[in-house]
Amino acid sequence: MLLQSPAVRVALSVAIATGLYGLSFGALSVAAGLDLLQTMALSLLLFSGGSQFAFIGVIAGGGSGISALSAATLLGIRNGVYGMQINVLLRPARWRKLAMAHLTIDESVATATGQSDPDEQRRGFWAAGAGVFVLWNLFTLVGALAGNAMGDPARWGLDGAAVAAFLGLLWPRIRAKEPAAIAVVCAVVTLIAVPLVPPGVPILIAAVVAAVLGLSGLGPATEGLEPDVEPYPPGSAARGAEGDA
Amino acid sequence: MSLWGWILLACVISIATKYLGFLVPAKLLDNPRMLRVAGSLTIGLLAALTAVNTFASGQTLVLDARVAALVAAAVALWLRAPFLVVVAVGALAAGLARLLGAV
Repeated sequence: MLLQSPAVRVALSVAIATGLYGLSFGALSVAAGLDLLQTMALSLLLFSGGSQFAFIGVIAGGGSGISALSAATLLGIRNGVYGMQINVLLRPARWRKLAMAHLTIDESVATATGQSDPDEQRRGFWAAGAGVFVLWNLFTLVGALAGNAMGDPARWGLDGAAVAAFLGLLWPRIRAKEPAAIAVVCAVVTLIAVPLVPPGVPILIAAVVAAVLGLSGLGPATEGLEPDVEPYPPGSAARGAEGDA
Repeated sequence: MSLWGWILLACVISIATKYLGFLVPAKLLDNPRMLRVAGSLTIGLLAALTAVNTFASGQTLVLDARVAALVAAAVALWLRAPFLVVVAVGALAAGLARLLGAV
């Protein structure tokens, strides 16, 4: 019966697609030097793909724990904004807020805001959030086990996989000139900083530059904040409020 | 602090960040400057991570097989390939470049 809900059907396909790329996170995380339990702790507790990739990306590059934590935390700020949006949209009871907060990620927010009926929004949020949580963790485990069995990451091109993963996370957020300019400036600043400061720090310098660019008003107000998934194909009837998410 | 300590602290901060969104007054959403900074931070960090993972080796800048991964991933993304395919293409490109003699 639940499967007749359009939001739940969308949520399931989003959950399968997103869950599968937990494979690449698991494999890259053990290649970066985290053990199986540390990798699972990130997927179970931090539970935000971009921040998890950021954490292991800094560690893989030889960065310190505090640089990894800072990059993951700064990248997770958008989840706080998503939390505000979901709180306004679904008006949850107080005792539900902590569980909903944990499931507040790109995918659940995009699925919920793409529906216009409040019940469908609620179903979409929970189905996508819980679905991604279960599959993301399952496939992280599979990826980590496979990564452990593979040995040397460079031999398998896993360092290339990390490059592709970060570009894949960035790509959907570049839809106009201003975000593209922010991306180019931050990439250049990062590379200039690499020889000058310890590993991991260039990323934090780029974050400061990005914040200054944002404060100075570069780009439309919500650019970069759209969830990095597009559960509803352009032109489909269910898009509703997604455009101004 | 050990790596475990940083991991658990990052997890606690992540949960707190999300939860905080549910506790602050909805009026904050009307603040365009706050939204703009959160958005540009996301873009800037992902761009920085892409750059470092492609060109940095410790504290030196290098051109190696990872550049092939960057180019191949960009082509895959431009062709609207799904995320997992993009990642696999990146790995394959780096692996092939090394087979062909890249560092």
